[in-house]
Amino acid sequence: MNPNLDPALDFQAGPESAVSALASRRDFLKRVGGGVIVFVTLGDWAFAQEAAQEAARPVSVRPGLPTDFNAFLRIGEDGRVTCFTGKIEMGQGPITSLPQMVAEELEVPLDSVDIIMGDTDLCPFDMGTWGSMTTRFFGPALRAAAAEAKAVLLELGSESLKVPVTQLTAQDGVIFDRQDNGRRITYGQLTKGQKIERHLTVKPSLKDVSQFKISGKPMLRRDAREKVTGKAQFAGDIRLPGMLYAKILRPPAHGAKLQSVDTAAARAVAGIQVVQEGDLVAVLHEQPDAAEKALEKIKAGFDVPPATVDDRTIFEHLLRVAPAPKVVTQGGDLAQGQAQAARSFETTYLNSYVAHAAIETHAALARIEGGKATVWVSTQNPFGAREEIARAIGFAIENVRVITPFVGGGFGGKTFNLQAVEAARLAKATGRPVQVMWSREEEFFHDTFRPAAVVKIRSGIDAAGKMAFWDYSVFCAGDRGAPHFYTIPHHRTAASGTFQGPPGLHPFGVGAWRAPGNNTNSFARESQIELMAAAAGIDPVEYRLQHLTDPRMIRVLKAAAERFGWTPAVSPSRRGYGVACGIDAGSYVATIAEAAVNTEQGTVQVKRVVCAQEMGVVINPAGAKIQMEGCITMGLGYALAEEVHFKGGAILDTNFDTYSLPRFSWVPKIESVLVEANDIPPQGGGEPAIVVMGAVVANAIADATGARLLQLPMTPDRIKAALKKV
Amino acid sequence: MPDTISFKLNDQPVHLNVDRDRTLLWVLRTDLGLTGTKFGCGEGFCGGCTVLVNQRAMRSCSLTVKDVQDKEVTTIEGLGKDGQLHPLQQAFMEHDALQCGFCTPGMILAAFGLLRANPQPSREQIIRGMEDNFCRCGAHTRIIDAIQTAAAAMKGGR
Ligand code: FES
Ligand code: FES
Repeated sequence: MNPNLDPALDFQAGPESAVSALASRRDFLKRVGGGVIVFVTLGDWAFAQEAAQEAARPVSVRPGLPTDFNAFLRIGEDGRVTCFTGKIEMGQGPITSLPQMVAEELEVPLDSVDIIMGDTDLCPFDMGTWGSMTTRFFGPALRAAAAEAKAVLLELGSESLKVPVTQLTAQDGVIFDRQDNGRRITYGQLTKGQKIERHLTVKPSLKDVSQFKISGKPMLRRDAREKVTGKAQFAGDIRLPGMLYAKILRPPAHGAKLQSVDTAAARAVAGIQVVQEGDLVAVLHEQPDAAEKALEKIKAGFDVPPATVDDRTIFEHLLRVAPAPKVVTQGGDLAQGQAQAARSFETTYLNSYVAHAAIETHAALARIEGGKATVWVSTQNPFGAREEIARAIGFAIENVRVITPFVGGGFGGKTFNLQAVEAARLAKATGRPVQVMWSREEEFFHDTFRPAAVVKIRSGIDAAGKMAFWDYSVFCAGDRGAPHFYTIPHHRTAASGTFQGPPGLHPFGVGAWRAPGNNTNSFARESQIELMAAAAGIDPVEYRLQHLTDPRMIRVLKAAAERFGWTPAVSPSRRGYGVACGIDAGSYVATIAEAAVNTEQGTVQVKRVVCAQEMGVVINPAGAKIQMEGCITMGLGYALAEEVHFKGGAILDTNFDTYSLPRFSWVPKIESVLVEANDIPPQGGGEPAIVVMGAVVANAIADATGARLLQLPMTPDRIKAALKKV
Repeated sequence: MPDTISFKLNDQPVHLNVDRDRTLLWVLRTDLGLTGTKFGCGEGFCGGCTVLVNQRAMRSCSLTVKDVQDKEVTTIEGLGKDGQLHPLQQAFMEHDALQCGFCTPGMILAAFGLLRANPQPSREQIIRGMEDNFCRCGAHTRIIDAIQTAAAAMKGGR
């Protein structure tokens, strides 16, 4: 992370080069002082295609995968190692896990590894931090670079010590002769005066997991100290001389058109500047609170389109306008399956719009000087932000530099960068550095919500209770997590639309929300499975195991059941136990929850959650568990309370009084179990455990009361209504 | 109307020439450059802006500078003394009680206020005391653990 205004790197040679964009390896090399530099191209690797697919999602402008390189690291003449990544730190921990991987491969102490993240002038192009991709795709690239660097250093060491490479060992940043410990040389000594460039196109052999000394061991966060002392800088914390704080006029509803505006009263306030540039009307002041007050003095008239939908009618609307479904996967013959079924179940599952609601609102600070724009942005997507800014202010891309300080939570919500565009436009208009930091109301208004969605499932069981057919259609959530993983002879899974649209489908912006689509899909699938298990009179863990063949899923489910101390019973057992399984970002999860329902008030207290996750090789177990806990806690929000209220394009939630986040008293006893799988490459860990939270709570409620909840969030009113139907 | 407001900030006297009705949060973050105090909601819901006023946890988005006239204000930057981390800061680090870290300063200062009123709180009391501080990343259980550890380390002192 580079919270410093201008990271002091010795290769930021001339004043020219310090601000010009890093366009290619050649350009970069011009600036490098010395040392060993290893570039890695992800594009050469088999998984690059998958990475590209994952990434081909939220950004409108995408220059495509780079043809040059994706990652690099440098061993400087002082022996310090710096890795450069376009990934950013928003709480998910790469600031710790990536240097860990480098230190491991390169045989250097962890504290000699620096990391520069999300700076578009210093870091290679990156498509954005989402999809749990950092460890999965970027990690191996960085590890490969480190392994290659070590090989180079061993060669250099061999020359310098006049000892064959096979006789040398690298350890703690030193290379020594195994037969004569006194013959040793440090990495720093070896890189002195060198200028060695390596470009990796093949995957070098990596250390075996069993040899991990640093990776795979719990490790405290490297950014913790800065964060507990208030030193950690987020985008809104950057201060520049002469900067102004901007407050921007917002319409009352999405789709509203500005008809008239009178800024006279605001202009009369001492120290206030008003910028009016098309739809962008802003007041600026050296104090943010003064700008906020002045904004209230602006009189504006808007033409607001009539509201045609609201949070109750949205589902009919979505079904009416959703695009034609596309088959995601199918097998067997549905008609035959239906004929074989002794009992059929037809269920419609709903979920509401959900906000990202990171505690840090969108913020940016823009400075334009000498035809160059530097913008500090809270973003998950620095390179996307660079594009958006360049387009908005008419600059060439290489004249825009985006720097990403610490990001105060993203969850998919900091993918688009309107606030950065606003700051840049206002900096251009005023000639001064400008900060834009959204209020909570602006945050709710401009958020790209997790879409409201509908899932319709028809399924059936035969006389023995075995699943006979499965006909699954998801509308408006996308197909991530839609395919089931059970043995069902006749099945079809179809998805209509994606989690993003098409445009005009939703009355406001929607987008990626932690594991996009999968929360919706897993809620529906795992609810329906449990409903069939109950109808078949079979214990829900046992029922799943009877229909599973994937050993990874079987392992996590058994691990969860074992840790939970599961004893078989048919639902509703009145114990309040729920089960749910899911696959996301290559990882497998099985979660079992215990919940108590207050049937009079319709409230739920989730008392205990056991989550077993298998995510391939685990680089940082402590970090992985923290992510799992975060997922479970955040998941309780969308399961029980979070829902955006709206009328047409007007968002009725403006703060946390009506939109509630999970609180301390909601949090259950959480037990996270990491199921070992060292034969599988690292998989995503930032999202999987959240996808099952809707279903596991719904299933626990059903087990406690016999009431089946079909709509998220499961608010007291909905729970009471469902109880009436029992 | 600008006025001279005096108070103690992180053990140092400050005299500000500002409108008495300005929000403390913005004066801290802008005029005084103490950006460890965070804006999360601006209306008293999230606790991100928590500071200590005379050792009590209060929300700086809901205070004006005149509210702290002649009082002692402590922000996260002033919690550690003599280069030493406060036991709460230490415990938050040890327990990994943070992810993005944006809620962390407010959490630590809210916890300080809690422990000052109740030096040896039960888990239940911690939950109740921290209930109105929001963490979107879901670090809650670790925050509770950290507060318990800090309470034990402080043994009622500090
Ligand atoms: S910013 Fe003050 S309580 Fe949220
Ligand atoms: S750590 Fe991110 S909000 Fe609490």
